[in-house]
Parts: sequence; structure tokens; C-alpha cells
Amino acid sequence: MAEMLSITGLETFYGKIQALRGVDLHINKGEIVTLIGANGAGKSTLLMSICGRVQARSGAIVLEGLDITKAPTHEIIQMGVSQSPEGRRIFPRMTVLENLQLGATTNQMAYFEEDVAKVFDLFPRLNERKNQRGGTLSGGEQQMLAIGRALMSRPKLLLMDEPSLGIAPILVRQIFQAIGRISKEEHVTIFLVEQNAFHALKLADRGYVMVNGAVSMTGTGAELLARPEVRAAYLEGGAH
Amino acid sequence: MSVLNSEKLPPILKDSVITGLITLVLAVPIVGLPTINATEGLQIEPRWSVVIWMVSAVFLGRLVLNFWWHREQTSSSSTILLNTPFLQSLQQLLKFIIPIGVLFALILPTMPFASRYVMDVAILVITYIMLGWGLNIVVGLAGLLDLGYVAFYAIGAYSYALLANYFDWSFWICLPLAGVFAAISGILLGFPVLRLRGDYLAIVTLGFGEIIRVILLNWYEFTGGPDGISGIPRPSFFGLEFKRSSEGTFSSFFGLDYSSMHRIIFLYYLILALALLTNFITLRLRKLPVGRAWEALREDEIACRSLGINPTNTKLTAFAIGATFGGLAGSFFATRQGFISPESFTFIESAVILAIVVLGGMGSQIGVVLASVVLIGGTELFRELEEYRMLAFGALMVGIMVWKPRGLLAHREPTIRIKTEGSS
Ligand SMILES: Nc1ncnc2c1ncn2[C@@H]1O[C@H](COP(=O)(O)OP(=O)(O)OP(=O)(O)O)[C@@H](O)[C@H]1O
Ligand SMILES: [Mg+2]
Repeated sequence: MAEMLSITGLETFYGKIQALRGVDLHINKGEIVTLIGANGAGKSTLLMSICGRVQARSGAIVLEGLDITKAPTHEIIQMGVSQSPEGRRIFPRMTVLENLQLGATTNQMAYFEEDVAKVFDLFPRLNERKNQRGGTLSGGEQQMLAIGRALMSRPKLLLMDEPSLGIAPILVRQIFQAIGRISKEEHVTIFLVEQNAFHALKLADRGYVMVNGAVSMTGTGAELLARPEVRAAYLEGGAH
Repeated sequence: MSVLNSEKLPPILKDSVITGLITLVLAVPIVGLPTINATEGLQIEPRWSVVIWMVSAVFLGRLVLNFWWHREQTSSSSTILLNTPFLQSLQQLLKFIIPIGVLFALILPTMPFASRYVMDVAILVITYIMLGWGLNIVVGLAGLLDLGYVAFYAIGAYSYALLANYFDWSFWICLPLAGVFAAISGILLGFPVLRLRGDYLAIVTLGFGEIIRVILLNWYEFTGGPDGISGIPRPSFFGLEFKRSSEGTFSSFFGLDYSSMHRIIFLYYLILALALLTNFITLRLRKLPVGRAWEALREDEIACRSLGINPTNTKLTAFAIGATFGGLAGSFFATRQGFISPESFTFIESAVILAIVVLGGMGSQIGVVLASVVLIGGTELFRELEEYRMLAFGALMVGIMVWKPRGLLAHREPTIRIKTEGSS
């Protein structure tokens, strides 16, 4: 299988604090890969390193054969990476439609109508609220908007940081369903960071477990779900 | 005020007394102890009565304000309910007000009350509207706090004055050039401040404004330094000058009697056209990718980056386009005054323009118009007050901030709207 993204020996620092301690990981085209790990393990840092929001000190990030380790964020995004970032980062004073317009920046809104229709099909709630300001949406609606906005650039690779954070179980299911559809219907490769290990591993083709800034375990979603260490650390309390 | 219950009284009194005391502390050295030049040398002549007047005025004012605030709080539940339909009707009202306002501006010179003085004030107000609109791009839309906007005004003014002086070029050639020079200086300012935000950006832009002024002041051989530049040519109407002469002038060509009002009215239409052009371009830009990127940048720079927006280009275009309009307004100022000196481009000008943008409601084009009319027109009304004019200016600003803390028109109009019914 062709590789979409490969990361080798990635080390990222915040000043003197080392957040990533040599991460190795790869994502094949068309896969859904999930990354789980405890709070502070470095999951968001990894996503931010991929996008160039924080600069890695050593190691390499290669996107479809091109080294993007040192590239500025906007160039990486223009190469077909898109993200729904941690904390959603919706533009609060702008309406849903305006947020979606901004998502289509890299393709100059060439497919705007068509893509908006797709997003509304995925999240009908957004259609009902298209002229509402982003800041007045509920948390779950904001999350849908963040995902929809990320799709507007027609990405090859979609990075998602905890899309289920702070969302009611019923909506969580909807969001994971939507992620599955995005992968199938739009053929987008997805890298999904999640706390909700059960849902994420069930959906994913493969998974990685991150502990303390490094990958500690990897396997298919089903394999990881079956591992007792994973169950003990991330699934206790009956996430099902 | 009858709703006031007795519990609220002590804190209100305390607050007012403290405000009075602060005034006392400030007023004694500043107002109470003026120095006078007596025959025996510098002497102090206390003015206690003035201090007492000031302190009691502030104390009472604060007291009234406190009561007002309290009244607001008790009735706030009903005002919130009233708010939404009120805002909507205001929105509808605005739709009519804009064309009426433009129409009024167009026919103003034909009005019977349009005296020389009225036209001068109108020209001044519109100049500030244009400057406000220009700065609105940088501050209101892109969210970059620029305290040195007057620098671009100065660059535009000096560009025209110097080009006209050294090369004898006409206003119509120099006007776009002034815009270009201002744009270039906008980019020059933009580069070093790209990484700065908020307070730091404000400080550096403030410095930039001062640097330009100091250069103009000290480069004596080129700019005339503090003497300024005089005899700046007036603009012509397609080559026809506004002069009392029998040939090649505006009045002779149109067979009119010479009147000094012709030039004033021409200048009025000139600045009106420039201002409307500024507004038109801004409104168009808001709907284009670059304009959307400005507003997105104001809201969340990190989100912008992660959508593939290049923040460097976005900021530089905001600075450059904002500066261009400042430069055009500067050229107009130079040709209108016929004389410029660095004194016209001090920090207070930047502050006034910024006040217009902020008080108008950041990013609101009509807000800028309202704020200019109120602040510039208002202070002009208080001209008789002479040295107390700035006090009136300050009071107006405080007033707006008290009644309308988010600006006169804080509402932001979306750039895209699709009807809610239809589309699956
Ligand atoms: N800007 C920063 N400055 C200093 N340290 C930081 C910064 N951002 C993150 N860190 C530290 O880096 C480590 C990894 O943080 P990161 O946000 O990547 O964790 P995470 O795995 O996403 O956690 P969570 O599941 O809680 O979101 C943490 O110890 C965090 O405190
Ligand atoms: Mg995180």
C-alpha cells in the first residue's frame, strides 16, 4: 500500500520540556488510523508537529514522498492536509457559511456549492443553522462545523484532534458515523486522535498507543481492543 | 430612582467619594497650584475654588452615573427582551438611512444653509470618514491595532506637496502616486511587525508614526522641516483652475461669476468621491478571499494558519491597502490646505482616527460615519469653547463608551447568506 504520511524519530520540545521522544508512525492511503493515549501523552503535539504549528527538533515527517518537516503551516495545508484542531477553533463572530468559506481557502472556493451540500448532507444540523454565528453554536454543533470546515479544502489527509470531546453519547455516535462516511465516500485518509478509545479503535483500520511522548503499541483496531493493557488503561469503566 | 433600595446606597456613596478624592489628588497639583509670572519671579497662586468646583462636579456626576447604572440593572431583564426586535428594526432603518445619507451628501452643497463654514466642516468630517474607513481595514477587519496611522496620511500629504514642488506635477498624477508611496510604506511597516500582536504591535506602530514625523521635522533641506511646505498647488477641474481670471478658469469656461465657493464645492465632491471609493473597495474586498482572511485573522490567527491562509500576506495586504487610503486622504489634505507641516501629523491625529473606528464599532462602515459626524462635527460645534474643545471631545468619547461600550454599531453583517428554506 502507498504511504500517505510517514513519521520517523520525531522529537518535539516546548522550550526545555520534551513532548515527543522519537515517534515512529505511518499512515497508508485510504486508512483510518487512530492514536490513543492518556492526557499529556503528546497526541496534540504530534498533530501540531505534522501541520508545522510547532517545529520538530529532529526526525522527519514525509507526506507522499515530500519532506514537510520544516515547511510553514499554510504550505502544508495547501499540499492537501487539513485538520479539525483541538478546541475546534471556530471563528465565533462569523456564520456557519462563512466558516465553511474559510475552509475552502486553498481551492479558492472552486467547489463551494457542491462541498457545502456534502457537508450539510453529513451534518444536517449545520444546514438548519447556516446563518447562525459560530460562537453561538452548541459544542457539538461547533465540532461538526470544525469537521465540515476541514473537509471544504478537499483534503488528502484529515487530522482530527478529539472530535468527541465534551459531546453527548448520542452525538458521539453520529460524529463517528460521519467520520466513517468521510473515509468511505470521500476517500480521505484520516488520522484520528481520541480519548474515546472504544469508538475510535472500532472504527479504525489501525491504531497506535502513545505513552509519554513515544509510541508504545501498535496493531489493527481489533487487535488493540483485545489487548488487556489497552483495556485496562483506556477502556475501564465500560466505554461501551 | 425610586427603585433604589437602602442596601445599595452605601457602596454607591463610597464609590462616588473615592472618585471625588481621586479628583482632589489630581486637581490640587494640576489645577489648584498654577504658577504665574510675577515681578518677583515665578510664583504660585492657589485656585482652591476651582478645585472645589471640580471635585464637587465629579462627585455629583459619579453619583448620578451610579444611580443611572443601578436603574439599568434593575430594568435589564426587560431591555434584553426589547433588544432583539429593536436591533432588527434598527437594521431595517439602516437600509434606508444609507441611500438617504449618500443622497444628502450629494446635494448638500446646493442647500440654502451650505455656507462656507458648513462646507468646511463637511469636508473635514468626510476626510475623517475616509481616514476612519482606511484604518478600519487594518484595525476593524484585520484586528491589527495600529497607533501610527497618521504616518500614511503624512506620507500622502508630503508626497503630493514634494512632487508638486520639485516636478510641478498635477494633483491628478500625484494622487495615485501618493497612494502607491503610502502602500509601500505600509508594507515597510508591516514587515517588522508581522510577528507582533496586541500591545506590542500598538507600541511599534506608535513608534513608526513618530519616526515619520521626526524625519519630516528634521530633514530640513528636503521637507522644509518645521517650516513645512507652502504654496501647494490647488487641484484643477480637468485643467480648469479655480482662479479669478478671465481665461482658462472654471468660472470663465462655464460662464459663471467667479466665486471662492466653487473651489470649496469642488473639494467637497473630491473628498466625497474618494471616501465613497474607499467604502466601495472595502465592501468589495470583504467579500473576496483576502477580506475574509482579514476577518478570520482578527478572530483566530492559529485557526487561519491551519486553514492554509498565509498570515504574512494577509497582514501585509491589510497594512498596504489601509495605508493607500490614508495616503490618498493625505494628498487631499495637502491640496486643500495649500500648506502642510509636521505639526498636522502628530499622534493625536492617529488617536482621533482610531477613536472613530473603535467608537463606531470595530469593522462597521456606518459606525465610522456616525462616529466621525459625532466626534468631528460635534467638537466643531464646540469651537466657541476654545481650549475646552478637547475636554468636550473626551467627554463625547467617555459618553459613547458608557452608553455603547462595543461601539455605536457593533453589529457585523455576514458576507454570505443563503435563504433557510430550499436546498436539501
Ligand atoms: N505550549 C506548551 N508549552 C509547554 N508545554 C506544553 C505546551 N503544550 C503542551 N505542552 C506539554 O506537552 C505535553 C504533551 O501535550 P499534548 O497537548 O500534546 O498532550 P495530549 O496528548 O494532546 O493530551 P490531551 O489528551 O489532554 O489533549 C504535556 O505535558 C503538555 O503539558
Ligand atoms: Mg490534546
